Amino acid sequence: MNARRVVVIGHGMAGSRVASEVRRRDPLGERVALTVVGAEPHPAYNRVLLSAVLAGALKPDEVTLQDSVWAADNDVSLLTGVSVVRVNRSLRCVSLSDGTSVAYDALVLATGSTAWIPPTDGLLGSDGSLASGVVPFRTVDDCAAIVSLARPGAPVAVLGGGLLGLEAARGLAGRGNAVTVVHPVGHLMERQLDPAAGAMLASTLGTLGIEFRLGRLATEYVPGDGLVLDDGSFVPADLVVVSAGVRPDVALASDAGLSVDRGVVVDDALRTSDPRVYALGDCAQHRGSVGGLVQPAWEQASVVADLLCGTNPASRYSGTPVVTRLKAKGVELTALGDVHDDSPDVELLRFEDARRGRYAKLVLRSDRVVGAIMLGAPDAAAAVAQLYDSGSLVPEDRLGLLLGRAVGVASAGPADQPDDAVVCRCNTVTKGALVSAWESGATSVPGLADATRATTGCGGCKGAVTRITEWLATRQPA
Amino acid sequence: MRPREFPTNRGGLCQKGWTSASLLASDRLTTPLLRGSDGTLQPASWDEALSFVAQRIREIQGESGPDSVAVFGGGGLTNEKAYLLGKFARVALKTSQIDYNGRFCMSAAAAAGNLAFGLDRGMPFPVTDVDTADAVLLAGSNVHETMPPFSQHLSGAAVIVVDPRRTPTAEAAALHLAPRPGTDLALALGMLHAAVVEGQVDAAYVRSRTTGFDAVWRIAAQWWPERAELVTGVAAADQRRAVRMLAEASSAYVLTARGTEQHSRGTDTVSGWINLALALGLPGVRGSGFGCLTGQGNGQGGREHGQKADQLPGYRKIDDPEARAHVAGVWGVSPAELPGPGRSAYRLLESLGTPSGARGLLVFGSNPVVSAPRAARVTDRLASLDLLVVADFVLSETALLADVVLPVTQWAEEDGTLTNLEGRVLLRQRAVPPPEGVLSDTDVLAGLAVRLGQPAERFPVAAEEIFEELRLASAGGKADYSGVTYARLRAGEALYWPVPSVDHPGTPRMFLDGFAFPDGLARFVAVDFAGPAEVVDSSFPLWATTGRVLQHYQSGAQTRRVPELMDAVPEVFVEVHPDVAARAGLDDGSLARVVSRRGSVVARVRFSPSIRLDTVFLPFHFPGAGRANLITNPALDPISEMPEFKVCAARLEVAS
Repeated sequence: MNARRVVVIGHGMAGSRVASEVRRRDPLGERVALTVVGAEPHPAYNRVLLSAVLAGALKPDEVTLQDSVWAADNDVSLLTGVSVVRVNRSLRCVSLSDGTSVAYDALVLATGSTAWIPPTDGLLGSDGSLASGVVPFRTVDDCAAIVSLARPGAPVAVLGGGLLGLEAARGLAGRGNAVTVVHPVGHLMERQLDPAAGAMLASTLGTLGIEFRLGRLATEYVPGDGLVLDDGSFVPADLVVVSAGVRPDVALASDAGLSVDRGVVVDDALRTSDPRVYALGDCAQHRGSVGGLVQPAWEQASVVADLLCGTNPASRYSGTPVVTRLKAKGVELTALGDVHDDSPDVELLRFEDARRGRYAKLVLRSDRVVGAIMLGAPDAAAAVAQLYDSGSLVPEDRLGLLLGRAVGVASAGPADQPDDAVVCRCNTVTKGALVSAWESGATSVPGLADATRATTGCGGCKGAVTRITEWLATRQPA
Repeated sequence: MRPREFPTNRGGLCQKGWTSASLLASDRLTTPLLRGSDGTLQPASWDEALSFVAQRIREIQGESGPDSVAVFGGGGLTNEKAYLLGKFARVALKTSQIDYNGRFCMSAAAAAGNLAFGLDRGMPFPVTDVDTADAVLLAGSNVHETMPPFSQHLSGAAVIVVDPRRTPTAEAAALHLAPRPGTDLALALGMLHAAVVEGQVDAAYVRSRTTGFDAVWRIAAQWWPERAELVTGVAAADQRRAVRMLAEASSAYVLTARGTEQHSRGTDTVSGWINLALALGLPGVRGSGFGCLTGQGNGQGGREHGQKADQLPGYRKIDDPEARAHVAGVWGVSPAELPGPGRSAYRLLESLGTPSGARGLLVFGSNPVVSAPRAARVTDRLASLDLLVVADFVLSETALLADVVLPVTQWAEEDGTLTNLEGRVLLRQRAVPPPEGVLSDTDVLAGLAVRLGQPAERFPVAAEEIFEELRLASAGGKADYSGVTYARLRAGEALYWPVPSVDHPGTPRMFLDGFAFPDGLARFVAVDFAGPAEVVDSSFPLWATTGRVLQHYQSGAQTRRVPELMDAVPEVFVEVHPDVAARAGLDDGSLARVVSRRGSVVARVRFSPSIRLDTVFLPFHFPGAGRANLITNPALDPISEMPEFKVCAARLEVAS
């Protein structure tokens, strides 16, 4: 069989996933002859784990996804440290930075996104590159640069109080840096959180040593010294970590004349305006939304692989119910869906325990979760996230749903137990049977054991049987 | 019935044990039965019955070849019976078609143990070692109901229970992780990820005693706990807490059981737990370890001596020329005469009566009409046979379909050895004589073998005599019993296999000096999560899982005959969250029809406020329309051929 030539541009989370999903379906390369082009010189790595690298929990080589050995073993032509400079759709080939070109029958854009640098004076040098002491938080090289610049105890400013900025801040605080997060909005993670949750998150992170300047813009970076904010205050910083958002990398797509909005526009088959060209991950715009998280990218990779390999031509991507989890040691935060919806048909549940840093908010519509924030309530959060992900009906017990296993009922003492309550499970002995045996003269634990076999299995009910004998010995005659 | 002080149960008995003596008297078979021309089972003499069976076997095999007669054994048979059954199939019937119900029980754990350690002994350490553990993780085990006396060994440990249901075991645990059914491997991967990130991996152990960690980490790296949380429903914080409890314990064990094993990726799932245990440095170290909790009475010994399709005595592989030569030598036949590997249990049952399958089947100690997955299909296949012979001591649901039923001895009426969950060989000696008219399974096999033209001396009937032969056959194998003798066992010696010579003390603890590979290193096995074989959708929106209750054993053929047990749990029920039941129009105590893509089961609704909203549970001990296995999915694990008993897609309806 003549395999189709497929070229994947990008060897990040999305591109490498396409490669592994294709080889999962076509392990011998009979359907797809695969070339993957990655601009970074490293093997593909797991960007989700960079905050763990920053925190020092993982070494950079521990976050490798697929390397040249994998590529060789799986018959994938992997070109790293070389970038695509042009896509020629009429010739169906891509031109590479080393002057060569690669022909394709199908092309996959997985170009990802790049860090957005806010227009603060001094962040960029005169040549347009980042000033010294300014590092985005995007790549494994960025991570290495941050770690080498953030000497223990040194002040560090993080520009951006979104998910990644806070993960970076947490990691740096854990390394012993004095971290200040500067965020232009009045509360953290404003896309995912309401103001109350944002405030409580800031307070929780504050106990870990992180300081916040909220609702403030950085107006000027003074190299080696710090940031001047728009209220005239100053944040000392040996290092500025920029995590102010990303922009889809659409340059190749626009140059090639593909339809581009905020991202490369794709349909449910992840096809761009040229049906031979697919796009996925951070660079793609599907049903009006652009990515930024790994889960949608991996689900898209599965669909693209189905279509490229022809293993399931009906495979389509219809969106992912995104669950945001902050990965910061000591902080349990889950946010999902639309938490700002206050229309009259929603059911709103809220629990707030500022002293213990717990906050839970659930937005329900027609008995289904449409939005949630769960801070410091991990059990409830895990259940709510699954209900949201599967679109399932929520339980009637709203309090239990909101609070998770925190809701408990104290077990009844012997006097209040019903007669049919099983005391000894091993031998199906009820309280009633023990009472009858007592009344027939078995007035000790061993006596009850002989009469009913209670306690003769695992022995786990000895305490309960003892309490019943004590109760029987002291109770008033009926 | 009196309990005895013994290390495993510490003198404890549950209700099944206390009432077991009633099986010796009531409602048991005492005469062979032969299906008459009117279609009913009629009493017959032993000679009549055995001669009829031998005659039919000759006719069927004469027409359709040796493989047209198959054998199905059981994990409750003694080592001697299991051994003789395997020999009977290969030598007297010359059929490759033999397997047993242990395929439905231990096969996934056994396969994973072999892959990782080079050898499968359920617990490679005495059960009493667990007494001093600080932390124990039980994956898919509900010991408080399934083996209550065992739970005494857990009383000192912080127990972590992995089970979709809040079972009594989970209720008693320090930490309960309740994954969505069929997602245990994602949980194990998330926990391994947590162990690495939190710095809890025993790097020196991994370096010096294992190989393959890097490939495993490549996969686990993609299962950060927050991702595993969304798939499993187990909070990332709880995953980390569980790993911390295991890592910080000075003595810790990871133990698996059927809940995590009976899946279409069961071997991979057990490998996932073994990988976690290896990363934490537990196996092969005194005071910690990995093990699986064997189910049936002889679930360990039953899987070692040749009633498995691919196996010869001593845990030898039937396709290994050296193994064939050794065993053929003991049996006095030529290696070339021994058949090769046959079909695994479900495949064997499913093929019965089809052009490529067997036309005749001999069943010993098993009740597949109730216990096999997709039970209606299996029942249909059994009904299509030209000859069905069932040896049992009660008239089981499978026996009711048989052409010939042979009444055999049970536990207290016979001698024999059993190998328990820790690999210790136990001698069970006869306590009472069997009733008139009852013979041992070994008499049945010898009687048939002779009628099929075998020399009588090749099929001894006395347990000790068979055991002497088993010793020779197992010598040099992985499960080497050659140093075990009835005399040593009678003298009270605690012998754990391997026991390679009569002056060898046995091996209570394995792997302390190395694992059973030439290089002595344990293998990390790179496995990734794939999920259950079928998915839920709008027609089948719930996950159905199956299991046991305290009062019943296996298919219930025995325990449903004990009035006290039937009083406690008389019929099948479906455990369901009250909200889910209400949406289906069901009340507590009403009758529900639980429907899967393969069939439906009618069960009494039992409200369980603690069960997951997406999950229902059914015990599998009941017959007829109450067979939980009418809905289970026979999707097979590619490595062990374990069926997916523990998860299928289902819906609830009001039973009319």
